[in-house]
Amino acid sequence: MELERIRIKVINCAKTYADGTRGLQPTTLTVEPGEVMALLGPSGCGKTTLLRLIAGLEAPDAGSQLLFGEQDVTYRPLEQRGVGMVFQHYALFPQMSVEANIGYGLRIRGIPESERRRAVGELVDLVRLQGLEKKRPAELSGGQRQRVALARAVAVRPRVLLLDEPLTALDAKLKESLRDELADLLKRLHITAIHVTHDQQEALAIADRLAIMQGGRIVQVGNGEALYRKPAHPFVAEFLGRVNRLDRSAQDLSSGTIALGGATWTCPAAWHDQDALLVRPEDIQLGNPQPGWGTAQIERRVFLGERVQLQLQAAGVPLKVEVPRDSPYQPGDTVGVWIAPERLMACKQIQEAA
Amino acid sequence: MNSARKTINSPILLTITLLVALFMLAPMVLSVMAGLVNNYSVGLRSGLTTRWLIAVWEGYGGTVGWSVAIASACVVGNVLIGVPCAYALARTQSRWARAFEELLTLPVAVPGLATALALILAYGQYRGFRQSFAFILVGHMIFTLPFMVRTVTSACQRHSLIALEEAARSLGANFYQCFLGVLVPAVFPAIVAGSLMVFTLSVGEFNLTWMLHTPLTRTLPVGLADSYASMRLEIGSAYTLVFFAVILPVLWGLQVAAQRIEKHYGT
Repeated sequence: MELERIRIKVINCAKTYADGTRGLQPTTLTVEPGEVMALLGPSGCGKTTLLRLIAGLEAPDAGSQLLFGEQDVTYRPLEQRGVGMVFQHYALFPQMSVEANIGYGLRIRGIPESERRRAVGELVDLVRLQGLEKKRPAELSGGQRQRVALARAVAVRPRVLLLDEPLTALDAKLKESLRDELADLLKRLHITAIHVTHDQQEALAIADRLAIMQGGRIVQVGNGEALYRKPAHPFVAEFLGRVNRLDRSAQDLSSGTIALGGATWTCPAAWHDQDALLVRPEDIQLGNPQPGWGTAQIERRVFLGERVQLQLQAAGVPLKVEVPRDSPYQPGDTVGVWIAPERLMACKQIQEAA
Repeated sequence: MNSARKTINSPILLTITLLVALFMLAPMVLSVMAGLVNNYSVGLRSGLTTRWLIAVWEGYGGTVGWSVAIASACVVGNVLIGVPCAYALARTQSRWARAFEELLTLPVAVPGLATALALILAYGQYRGFRQSFAFILVGHMIFTLPFMVRTVTSACQRHSLIALEEAARSLGANFYQCFLGVLVPAVFPAIVAGSLMVFTLSVGEFNLTWMLHTPLTRTLPVGLADSYASMRLEIGSAYTLVFFAVILPVLWGLQVAAQRIEKHYGT
């Protein structure tokens, strides 16, 4: 199925609700043609508001501008924007069969029956729902409903596909397999898509790039790996994965060092003025106590299957560490800790947009 | 997993249940029986008869048809006016909408006599209207509208329904396509439930109807009152039996239909 690919430009879009709350601060974002962009953040961060503005379900504040390709759609009603939407709970029409649901948009557009059948058949194959065409949504499993919702959204050949927490309604195990399936489908459709989620794993698995949002604004945009490795904001570091915070004393700051568990290391030059540094649990190395390493006591060990999570205490600093599943450390052990300097991350607020 | 259901064995509870049931059934049975005996003061010994039933059918048979017709017309009117009204109320946040909703509910609280008097004062001079069944229908509509509107409004306010509407619009549906093609079918069980309530209320409505009726426009309950007031006790009781015989099958039929629809349309 060949779909049109366009660039979405969100320019200075903001949303203030009738009661005066700011749902979204002035936001600028570009989604490249054929790219899947995730809007990721905790609830209340403005990701759904941004999606609804792009969809046309909410009207933005004055001064906002929204471009689909070359076309300004800021004031276009939803039904004329050419968007396909997959809703959180799918919003399938309960009284219609799978076929009728998928073909609804085509029927509304007055597409002749024969052509409609062909298009619906093609989509049923694409999302692998063969044999379920006559079923009603209530008779389908969560995963099947989700595929119907996706097929229905792309049936009208939208220019943009919008996914509002498409996997939230599923249980954890199903979520994982459907996540990969959805990622695969989006790759095959190769359509410009915006995917709202609060689940970082989901965003990493599905999206090409992620926009991390907090408090009604986008904090950082980038691909998952770059965001994980080089977060520009402590919120990004904390939200994508887990981090330990290492505070630096006044003496550390003046001597350009960082201390942990009795050891003192030279702080990377770029971060001499940072009063705290971040480090991921998997980036802390454990070993036998040795010169140059700090020491720490293991307080708790949680076996997670493929890895082991340890809670350490390094001279009053609590540390979360993750090690491979065969690691021998037990609560009560005293171990040496070491952090490669290049694994340390800055913990500085980025400049707030005015 | 189904947990084993526990049966409570309590003779006291059973006795109370039976007593209450008996207390409530006795008047029904007595009333029905009174319409089937030759002479109520003599009792069963006077023998059973159907002549009172025949007398009722001859004298008041027409009221049965009119009652059912008015109730049906009332349902149709409620669907045509009440459903769009319910949708509008569900989607309006304004204070005026809430005030309007209260106003709409008023006829349920205000005695039917007062509502009827107001109708007569306002429209009584239009003789053709005043003397037709349409006048009674209007009264019934005013009384039953809040039941339909409230039921459907709460169904329209469900979040899942708002999402359905947004989904239809994102697929290109205009307002009418969305309303008739998606919304109405989605709240259909609520409309059916509301219709059932409206039908039942309209058939049994006496208060308003008593004020609004003319000798030529009488409904079943009005005829019933008339027969109680002016005829033998046996005729009035036979009338009750006719009421049961006509209305119960209709109500049961509607209930079954409503359950079927609920099962088919429910999510």
